[in-house]
Amino acid sequence: MGTFAYFPHTEEDIRVMLERIGVPNLDALYSDVPDEFIRKEDYDLPSSMSEDQVRAWFESMAARNTRLKVFAGAGAYDHYTPSVIPYITSRSEFLTAYTPYQCEISQGTLRYIFEWQTMICALTGLDVSNASMYDGPTAAAEAMRMCVASTRKRNTVVASSRLLPNVLEVLRTYSRYSGINLVETSDVAEAVAEGTLDLAGVIVPSINRYGIIESHLGLAQLVHEMGGLLVEYCDPSALAVVKTPAEWGGDIAVGDGQSLGIPLCYGGPYVGFMACRSELMRKLPGRIVGQTQDAQGRRAFVLTLQAREQHIRREKATSNICSNESLMALWCTVYLSLMGPEGMRKLNSICYENSHYLKRELLATGLFSDPFEGREFLKEFVLQPLCDVQKLQQALLDAGFFGALATEEGYVSFCVTERRTREEIDALVKVVKELAL
Amino acid sequence: MSRIIEGLLYSESHEWVKVEGDLAVIGVSDFAQAEMGDITYVDLPSEGDEIQAGEEFGALESVKASSDLYSPVSGTVEAVNEDLESAPEMVNQDAYAAWIIKVRMSDPSELESLLDAAAYGKIAE
Amino acid sequence: MRYYDKLIFELSRPGRSGYSLPDMPKASLPEPGSSIVWRQTPLELPEVSEPDVVRHYTNLSQMNFGVDTGFYPLGSCTMKYNPKINEEVVALFNGYHPLQPEETTVGIQSIYDFMDKALAEITGMRHFTFLPCAGAHGELTGLMLIREYHMSRGDAARTKIIVPDSAHGTNPASAAVCGLDVVVVKSRPDGLVDVDALKPLLGPDIAGIMLTNPNTLGLFEKDIKQIAGLVHGCGGLLYYDGANMNPLLGVVRPGDMGFDVMHLNLHKTFSTPHGGGGPGSGPVGVGERLVPFLGKPRVSGFHGNFGVILRACAYILALGKENVKLAGRLSTLAANYIKESLKDCYKLPIPSVCKHEFVFDGLKDAGDVTTLDVAKRLLDYGFHAPTIYFPLLFHQALMIEPTETESLQTLDSFIEVMRKIAAEASENPGLLHGAPHNAPISRPDETAAARQPILKYSKV
Repeated sequence: MGTFAYFPHTEEDIRVMLERIGVPNLDALYSDVPDEFIRKEDYDLPSSMSEDQVRAWFESMAARNTRLKVFAGAGAYDHYTPSVIPYITSRSEFLTAYTPYQCEISQGTLRYIFEWQTMICALTGLDVSNASMYDGPTAAAEAMRMCVASTRKRNTVVASSRLLPNVLEVLRTYSRYSGINLVETSDVAEAVAEGTLDLAGVIVPSINRYGIIESHLGLAQLVHEMGGLLVEYCDPSALAVVKTPAEWGGDIAVGDGQSLGIPLCYGGPYVGFMACRSELMRKLPGRIVGQTQDAQGRRAFVLTLQAREQHIRREKATSNICSNESLMALWCTVYLSLMGPEGMRKLNSICYENSHYLKRELLATGLFSDPFEGREFLKEFVLQPLCDVQKLQQALLDAGFFGALATEEGYVSFCVTERRTREEIDALVKVVKELAL
Repeated sequence: MSRIIEGLLYSESHEWVKVEGDLAVIGVSDFAQAEMGDITYVDLPSEGDEIQAGEEFGALESVKASSDLYSPVSGTVEAVNEDLESAPEMVNQDAYAAWIIKVRMSDPSELESLLDAAAYGKIAE
Repeated sequence: MRYYDKLIFELSRPGRSGYSLPDMPKASLPEPGSSIVWRQTPLELPEVSEPDVVRHYTNLSQMNFGVDTGFYPLGSCTMKYNPKINEEVVALFNGYHPLQPEETTVGIQSIYDFMDKALAEITGMRHFTFLPCAGAHGELTGLMLIREYHMSRGDAARTKIIVPDSAHGTNPASAAVCGLDVVVVKSRPDGLVDVDALKPLLGPDIAGIMLTNPNTLGLFEKDIKQIAGLVHGCGGLLYYDGANMNPLLGVVRPGDMGFDVMHLNLHKTFSTPHGGGGPGSGPVGVGERLVPFLGKPRVSGFHGNFGVILRACAYILALGKENVKLAGRLSTLAANYIKESLKDCYKLPIPSVCKHEFVFDGLKDAGDVTTLDVAKRLLDYGFHAPTIYFPLLFHQALMIEPTETESLQTLDSFIEVMRKIAAEASENPGLLHGAPHNAPISRPDETAAARQPILKYSKV
């Protein structure tokens, strides 16, 4: 004992503590546990590793992965992470703090959440944002629940079948167990206009699974006439230039903040966001930070409207969410601070230029046709392959590219961010051209 | 000691009822507001809502607590006190002046099961 | 820590910027007016330089208290030390797209496999899913699995779940999200589930029971074998809320106690940092019966919070089979040591041996000093406050969890301060009512914040 770096106890310390408690040994602290449940045998785990061994173990695991140039999106985007961000987010005062329940010593966390809420409102155009959700798809599921909770005795939510596949899957999961009637359709307006549904809400993508920027002209009015709420699923990075949920007349905006400077890291952690009109404020799930004053009249920030939350309202809470993705919200907040309005526009311009260039070049190979000609897109697009998709994907992989993601509809999708250089795009096109020979 | 007003009827869940013909004016007792502390929000139903006796029709919120409101009678919500939306502290200031809803009763006989001031005084201690 | 008043928006000057992007003169978007799909509203983000940003967030961080700042005895939150090597290994895995083919992520898959086996061994479960992003998300997933199990057997009537009155708030909230009705079972005066009160609740409509063991009072539910027998006997399943797993780490396995499904909070028991409220990770483990359903509920977008799973994996490797047996025991030792050292000046409603945490019901000699006052005064002495006013069973609850990573010296100085505060409470209660005095801000007006919510910055 005393030989493991994370446990500070010496033999003597343990003796002193046991004596104070009045028990002879550590196992006596478990005298209330039936003996049959006390594990006697060793755990089948590796032996304790030194720090250098731990590092080597992970390096060996990392070496078994293949680094690829990412030409794919589908909800996770390879945007650049400015070096300032990890520098700030790894500060232990942010990293090792708990939820800011003790506001007097958590003003740092509370202030950046307040800034995040403000920026999410700026991007979406809506009035109120919460402190974050787990990821985009779960934020969409929470929005679905919020629609039902906000419209009394209505239970149907219509979801566009052009939402990202993983968003639809999570919506299906949540609706399956909570009894919400989820209707998936390619023509949302038609389904709503029929007027036969007990409509609580409608969920549509801002940019759909084919990369197309959708028009929702007139949809909000129609949904409201039928008594429902309009939810938009958005890429927040794109919202700097594409029409906002507020501009379309929407009530709730959700999506994933990963595109705001969070590096791809396989599953994540990423971060969901959620904003709404002020009338719906008290139906928002999760934590919300508000501004007030301390006893000396100084500006101060606190967690507020907590009566919505599980620790107070238990089974009647708006959601069960407790831990969220606070630190990832800080990643996005620092990112948006650095980028500013001009940086965000420039970033999107580069993505637009790059992706349109790749699309033109791919179409020129004669191996694809364009199923959505003339529709506006930003960084992601799909093509109808006229060649063997598996051969295409394999050729790209062999050359170190990840692209031509196959969709359920038989298309292949590509995404080009500002990180892809003209040389990389040309190299990818060259691989494709060689397939044509 | 919390105030209890003679002539009102009370529910065990701390709502008071003032009967005006077939209209029931409903609020929460002084005891209830004191238990809640500073009330920050009153969640109100909409006019025209049908409610059942014993069913929740809204909620009171404070910084660290939330308490559902239960209707002592069945009927249709005729009016809601919209002043409470911007000034929930009115409930703290005078719980008997700050009515919350008025209900057009569908079954006035339900009033018989409510408590009078003396009986309510025994549970609001 | 010192007060710093700025918000990033207040540093903004038009034309300033902090970004660095490749120069691409040709790159231009269509004009906003060219199509209805483009944004018309100006985007109001701060315009600040890189040095502005770095200094601003550094200043913000200095108003924060973390585990690296000092002792954080927050009950039910397991604020143990967050090892630094764990942070470093994450960077090795940046850049991998979640939809990359498995043959290009062999190392990543091996880490998931390792974690599946390691957590199964530590908990006595069979397999884990790593999709849930937090503890409450794990609870929800676990309840979905329970429902899936019953539905697969055509047993649709099981729509009720039993939850003790001392349970974490997430338990009933998760049950509600999962479409289950909550049935509350009372605790006995000794803080344990009342088995006699449980019996009449059991029947063909019961999907199962959610328990945390030890419970939120830090007490081991010693009747667990009987409870498991009764619940299984009525056809229900047992859910283990892993929020309180830390004292059992290396000592007792939930699977051995009869639990069918559970979650772990990797950000508690497995040392990953809380990040000011997240990201966490709440992997869900199941016993044999539920394995066929494990992949069914798709509860998050990709593969769960992989970065958090990596950190937990590094912790398990460092811990190893030797130290794992000490983790839980040392956390229990620390909690009992504090409890025994303070029970003469703080009310201890349940005196029996505790596990990783315990609950005082305020000061013995409180006068008009509340638990809130004690908590705020602790901040002045450089400690984080315990969890307060939870569980709801006691009016002045003060829930203390020290974890196994705090030294005897730290525990002793905490004890000394707690005794000092008890003395202050009788000598100078005003000092406590006004606390904290040394924090970046004093007590804020939370009522005003909730009555007239200001939830975003707007220019004056």
